[in-house]
Formats: sequence, structure tokens, C-alpha cells
Amino acid sequence: MKKILSTNEFLVALIIIVLSIIIGSKNSVFFTAGNLIDLLRSGIVMGIFAIGVLIVIVSGGIDVSFTAIASFCMYTTTKVLNYYDFQGSVLIAFVLAGAMGLILGLINATFISFFKLPTLIVTLGTASMYSGFLLAFVGVREISNLPAGMSKFAKMNILKVTSENGVVSSLHFSILILIAVVIITWLLLRYTMLGRGIYAIGGDRVAAERAGFNITAIQFFIYGFVGLLSGIAGIVHTTLMRNSNPVNLLGMELIVIAAVVLGGARITGGHGTVLGTLLGLFLVIIMNNSLILLGVPSYWQRLVIGILILIGTGATAYRTMRSSRQLHRNSVG
Amino acid sequence: MSVQINKQREIKSFERLKDLKAFHFIIEDSNLTRLFLIMIFIFVLMTAMKPELFPTIDNLSSMAFQFPEFGILAIAMMIAMLTGGIDLSIIGIANLSGILAALTMVKLIPEGSSFNHVMLVILLAMAVSALTGILCGLFNGFAVARIGIPPILTTLGTMQLFTGIAIVITKGTAVYGLPAQFSYIGNGTLWILPIPLMIFIVFAAIFTVILHKTSFGLKLYMMGTNPTASRFSGINNAVMLMKTYMMSGLLAAFSGLIIIARTNSAKADYGTSYTLQALLVAVMAGVNPNGGFGKVTGIVFAVLTLQFLSSGFNMLHFSNFFKDFVWGAVLLIVMVTNYIINHSKKKVSKNTNK
Repeated sequence: MKKILSTNEFLVALIIIVLSIIIGSKNSVFFTAGNLIDLLRSGIVMGIFAIGVLIVIVSGGIDVSFTAIASFCMYTTTKVLNYYDFQGSVLIAFVLAGAMGLILGLINATFISFFKLPTLIVTLGTASMYSGFLLAFVGVREISNLPAGMSKFAKMNILKVTSENGVVSSLHFSILILIAVVIITWLLLRYTMLGRGIYAIGGDRVAAERAGFNITAIQFFIYGFVGLLSGIAGIVHTTLMRNSNPVNLLGMELIVIAAVVLGGARITGGHGTVLGTLLGLFLVIIMNNSLILLGVPSYWQRLVIGILILIGTGATAYRTMRSSRQLHRNSVG
Repeated sequence: MSVQINKQREIKSFERLKDLKAFHFIIEDSNLTRLFLIMIFIFVLMTAMKPELFPTIDNLSSMAFQFPEFGILAIAMMIAMLTGGIDLSIIGIANLSGILAALTMVKLIPEGSSFNHVMLVILLAMAVSALTGILCGLFNGFAVARIGIPPILTTLGTMQLFTGIAIVITKGTAVYGLPAQFSYIGNGTLWILPIPLMIFIVFAAIFTVILHKTSFGLKLYMMGTNPTASRFSGINNAVMLMKTYMMSGLLAAFSGLIIIARTNSAKADYGTSYTLQALLVAVMAGVNPNGGFGKVTGIVFAVLTLQFLSSGFNMLHFSNFFKDFVWGAVLLIVMVTNYIINHSKKKVSKNTNK
């Protein structure tokens, strides 16, 4: 029992509950079905990103290029499909964007794995390259008439709620994609040798290598997987927004990283769970979406995100520092 | 007998150390030589492509106005990287301290103030900006050294925090109406030398001295190379880290002053691409992201190279997006080249040791 109480997941869940009660008492709109569905809906794209970021952080790296990859994939895919006046299923869009994302992710992996460069610097560099290439050569203008398959997919809702004042909130089909991604990643991290390898690299790279894990292969998997997820998230984003904008995802990466770190993943690697990530994400979304409900002007958002990142990382860092000191003391005394 | 052996060992290890030192000097120097040659090459290339525009006095002077703000940010990035850390918040600090300085001037200088009053307030504004920079740096340093948050995350968070504070203060709008005497700092010339250029030269000189001639510099390089060794040789790593981030913050604040003086306004989201570019300059200059290596001379060469490239691209009518692409590519190419060169050198030294 004590163990459960002291876990990071429990802490985050507690904060979510307290926060919800506070927001709900200030503004009764918060607990309506419509608002909850809106919260879920705004978490779909971020959720897919967050799962990718989780894997990277568990392996001891950091990736800031995933929004650039997603923008690149979704915009290029939309443009290509429109160019050929493609009428077929949305599946093709997902396959195309996913494949592009996979390739861009593998480019990241090449720099990280073969040249042993720091992951932050590599992904900063590739993010600048991907978005620069996209905006310089593919296009800058928003595409509002999506290919037929994608606009049909955009109307696939699994749940619809109309509030008293006539505002319609709908839960899109793509929440199922998020659920699938979550389950697959959970199984992967928990029950496969590959998942063990990802934790092992993050915990101690040299030890993992000695234990026989193929670091290169695992790193290629990690960054390729993140690329693939980013491509898929890009298409989901486009269909949810019902247009394809090459810049409006850029800048989201910090919020996602904040969510994952709040969820208990340690930036130094080796720690992090899918459940924690989802809770962290939910906390960030509530904070992000409910500032308005609390009457806080939206220009406070950046400040709040900054504080969230610092508190989230500070709490885990402080605990790690203290426990390592405790360990030291115990071993000395 | 055993004493002799020990002595022999000592002499041998000493010689090896000397070897290593000489070797190290060559690596660093060849890095700088290479960088210098690249800089000359880019200058010649751009001159060859736009002979009627690039090597003119007009262009040279406009470049001399443009690069200093960002050269100073690169020095700020470098000293954080010397400790093995990184400072992503520098542009946030520059903008926040710039906004506070601008507000001080706008609020405290009513129309028709005397010259002395204006000068006094300008000095006050500079002090406000410097103090803001130092406090922001202290916050970073405290979070890194005392709480133990990794520098990447600390400064990622504080970048949002400082920018967020700047946005909240200004409600997202720009601050205009700085006194003319102040914008002289960003746009004036002494004889033919632009003032921002002179400020940059002064800072580059100061930091060359600090890094290479003071015990602080020596400790900094030592801590960056091996934190455990520096701790056991009696250096207080936490204090060193805090001092370093404070310096980085102070430099960023001065860069912020040049920015608001040059553009005659202060805004919370000015120069967001500077973070990547400052990192690019530092890495190009041969600063090792793992800490311990890097020189101000390298920063000067690297920042000039990038400025030549950027001005040249403008003359060739390349879009800003294309520039982003090139910066990313250059960053990766430089890192890969450094890796390959250092790797092959390591191999050579291993072979000769055998």
C-alpha cells in the first residue's frame, strides 16, 4: 500500500483530482460531458506524440524533431494526394505519412547511432532541416480542401454530445488509434525483449551492451518508431483540424516533453511508464484547456508550461538526489 | 630497486602526459586552423558569386551590426557547454531583460526630460537588465546544481518560464519608444567602427582572459572535463555551476540590450531561431557538448562564417526557410566531421601507443 502511495503515478493522479475539483468548483462547465469529450479530443494527437517521446526518454535520449516530422508528413501527404486527385481510402494517407515518418526517423537514428552524437543536438538540427525543407520547397500555404478519403475520415465520430446551449462535442474515431498505440507500446515495453533493451540502454548503456543487447538495432527501432508515430499523428491532426497547416504543430514539442516528464519518465533514462505518461498528459491538457475556464488570459500559458516542466523535473530530480545520498550514507555508515 | 622502478614509472607517465598535452594542442589548433580556412573560403565564395554586392563597405558594415548580438549569445552558450551543460534559455533571458530595460526607459523618461536625466535612466535600465540576467542565470544554476535537474530540462523549462513572464508583462505586445541616445548603442558608429561590434570585441577579449588566464577559467575547464576529479581536487562544483550560469545569463542580458537598441523595440518572442543558431555556432567552434573543450577564438571564426553565409544567402534571394534547412544541415555536417576526425585521430594514437 505504501508503495502504491509513493509512486509517481499516484501523485500525478492525486494532483489531477485536486485540480479537477478546484476547476469544477470555480466553473461548472468543467464536469459536463461536452468538456470532458473536448479534453479527450485535444489529447489524441498529443497522446500519440507522448507515447513516442516516452520511448525515447526511457532510452536516455530526447527528441525535439517529432512535430517537424509530423508536419512534414501530413502536409506532403495531403499535397501529393491532392495532386493526383486521389479518391481512395484514408488508409493510403496513413501508410504514406507513416512511411515518410519512418524514413525521417531513421535519418535521426543514423546520426545518433553511427556517429554517437548527442540526441538533443541531432534532433534540433534535423527538426530545423525538416521544417525548413518543408516550408522552402513543399509549400507554406494552408490546404483546406483535403483529399476525399481524409475528409470522409474527418466525419467519423464515435460519440456525439450536444450541450444545453447547442454546442456539439464529438469524440472522433481516431481515439481508437491512440488506444491501439498505447496498448501496443505497453505490451512492447512490458513483455518483449526489445522493451527490456530500451530500458536497459537508458539505465546503463555500457552494461546493456555487455549484456548482449544490440544497441544500434534498438536505437534504429526507437527513432524509426517515433517517426512512424509522428507521421500517423500528423494525419490525425490534419483530419481533426480539417485542414493541413505546415506550421501549427511546430512548438508543441515542449508541451509533450513536459507531459512525459511530469508522468515520471526520467530524462536521464531507464525510468518511465505508459500509465504515468497518460496521466502526465492528462494533467497538462487540463491545465492547458482550463486556464480559460478559470478566467486566466491565454497569454499565461507559456509561463504555466514553464513552471510545470520545472516542477515536474524538479520533483523527480530532487527525489533521485536524496535517495542517492541516502544510499551513500547507508553504505558508508 | 622498487624506488627506481617507481621513479621510472613516474618519468614515463610524465612523458606520456607531455605527449598528450602536445597532441591535444595540435588537435585544438588544427580545429581552429580548419575553421579559419572555412571562414575565408565562404568569404571568397560569396565574393565570387556576388562581386558587386558582397565585398562592399555597405555590406561589411551591415554585417558588423548584425552579428554581435548573436555572437555574444554564442559565447553565453559556450560557457554553459564548457561545464558539460547547455543553456537553451539564453534568448528568453535576452528578451525578458530587454523588455524590463525598455519598460524602465519608457516609464521613467517623460517627454522633454533633460539630457542628464535621460542618461541616468539609461544607466539604470542597463543595471536592471544586467540584474535580470544574473538572477535568471542564478535560477538556472540553482536548479542544475542544487536541485539536480539536468541542464537541458532546466533551461528548456526556464526558456518557457522567462518567455512566459515576458509575455505576461507585455501581454504579448511590443514595447516601443526608446530614447534616441539609447538606440545609438545599437545603431551608432565610433569613427567607422559600429558600436555593437566594439561591444562584441570587448566581451570576446574579457572572456578570453577569464577562460585562459584566471583560476576560474582553469577550474571551469577542469570541471567540464571531469566533474568527479574536480570535486576531489577541492573545487566546489555547485558554486562553479551557479557562477557559470550567472555569467551566461549576464551575457544574454547584454545581448538583449543590443537587440532592443538595434531594433528600437522590445518583444517577448524576438529571435526564437537564435537558440539553434547559437548552439550551431558553439558546436562549429569546436565546443564539445560533453564539456571541457572550446575557445572564444573559435566562436569568433564560427560566428563570422555564419554571418557571411547568411548575408550571402540574402543576396542570392534564398528564403528564410531555406536558411533554416541549411543551418540544420551545417550543424549535423560539422558534428559528423568532428566525430570522424577525432575518431581517426584516436585510432592513430592508439596504434602509435602500441
